[in-house]
Amino acid sequence: MENIQLQVSGLIKRFGTETVLNGIDLSVRKGEVVVVLGPSGCGKSTLLRCMNGLEPKSAGTILLDGEEVTSDSKKIAQLRQKIGMVFQSYDLFPHKNIMDNITLAPVKVQKRSKKEVEQDAERLLKRVGLWEKRKAYPRELSGGQKQRVAIIRALCMNPEVMLFDEVTAALDPEMVREVLDVILELAESGMTMVIVTHEMQFARAIADRIIFLDNGKIVENSPPELFFTNPQTQRAKDFLQTFAYEKRRTAIN
Amino acid sequence: MNLNFDFMQKYLPWYLEAAVLTVKIAFFGILLSLLVGVVCSVVQYYRIPVIRRIISVYIEISRNTPLLVQLFFLYFGLPKIGIVWSAEVCAIVGLAFLGGSYMSESIRSGLESVEKSQIESAASLGMSKLLTMKEVIFPQALAVSVPGVCANVIFLITETSVVSGIALADLMYVTKDLIGLYYVTDEALIMLVVFYLIILLPISIIASFIERRLRYAGFGN
Ligand SMILES: Nc1ncnc2c1ncn2[C@@H]1O[C@H](COP(=O)(O)OP(=O)(O)O)[C@@H](O)[C@H]1O
Ligand SMILES: [Mg+2]
Repeated sequence: MENIQLQVSGLIKRFGTETVLNGIDLSVRKGEVVVVLGPSGCGKSTLLRCMNGLEPKSAGTILLDGEEVTSDSKKIAQLRQKIGMVFQSYDLFPHKNIMDNITLAPVKVQKRSKKEVEQDAERLLKRVGLWEKRKAYPRELSGGQKQRVAIIRALCMNPEVMLFDEVTAALDPEMVREVLDVILELAESGMTMVIVTHEMQFARAIADRIIFLDNGKIVENSPPELFFTNPQTQRAKDFLQTFAYEKRRTAIN
Repeated sequence: MNLNFDFMQKYLPWYLEAAVLTVKIAFFGILLSLLVGVVCSVVQYYRIPVIRRIISVYIEISRNTPLLVQLFFLYFGLPKIGIVWSAEVCAIVGLAFLGGSYMSESIRSGLESVEKSQIESAASLGMSKLLTMKEVIFPQALAVSVPGVCANVIFLITETSVVSGIALADLMYVTKDLIGLYYVTDEALIMLVVFYLIILLPISIIASFIERRLRYAGFGN
């Protein structure tokens, strides 16, 4: 049990009378990459948002490193330093340049020296080929560049877990790759990750485990090879079918 | 029109003195209304219970009663329950009472224009509410609020003319005085207009300059 990094048990989330998550049990081991799949609106984002306390849960427990994730206490700010999150919308701070976007939280929240953080930022920016853009403002960057910066911004907090919520969904097709490559590299470096994506090939390549959500429950929890070649439920089969269709359609176009 | 320049020259010092008073009341009144505006808008933005209701009532009263009525209340009404203050302090407080609500609404619209995803990404970086307000919400809100705040500043300067109603010798008061004493209506009015323009034009120019700068900076993702 030592190496369980993130443990979700009996998680229930309701919005009003609608039950979005209806008893989720999931543990993520250290260094593991879990990809969450499911039809639109099935609660993937909600699950991730509960994991870092952005969304208060209705019942159940979430433990990060054995510590409870609650959405109200002051402790959550402390806890969130261990759990990085990147969203679909590019939400860099538009009034700060790239370097300041990255260094803001490590310096002001973690009280690290600006110089040290800037060295980290330099190393990471160079690795993704964006060092030249350090003085640029977010509006001067393409969507793919912004998402890479958003990932670096989260990484500079030295998190133990990274959550990705459809980070390529709003990108032009030619930019998807550059962002996914960064996440792949991160996986190779051993980062624990929970990823929501609609890129099936990417999911298959990166995942140690696929979680398929439907009707507020995990209906499949299997290794990628099994999930993609021989899904156990009809819902998962139908879901994969829609992607097969989309793939054919893009091939025709 | 045959203007009496000697007269104008003779009473120029009156106007200068009155202009100083007008500027003084406007300056402190506006400063105070900005302060009131920031506090009220932040309370409303975070929907702090109870205080928020009180502030809504204040804003309704402030916006829906004329400044002169507010001043009369402060200057003639409050002394009856033992609160006595000088006409000048009254004028400043009155202006802040009026301006606070206008400033609050302008600042609030700026705060509310900042997208929720900005606040959430700050939160997911472990930033506290206070740090998020200071580093993320406020700077972005400013760009949206400034045009409204500038318009309020100009509005409040023009509103200072009302303080003559509680016997403060501001520009309006001096003008009425001179007209009453000497029937030199044209001269007095021209000087009144000129003095207000001298005060307002530079501010107006600075305001539009700031607005232009902000538009260029136009953050937009
Ligand atoms: N803040 C909210 N208030 C009410 N309903 C919400 C809210 N956020 C999400 N939902 C609902 O919860 C369900 C799951 O949403 P979401 O987690 O965004 O799904 P997914 O990411 O899988 O597309 C949807 O039906 C959505 O309408
Ligand atoms: Mg989603």
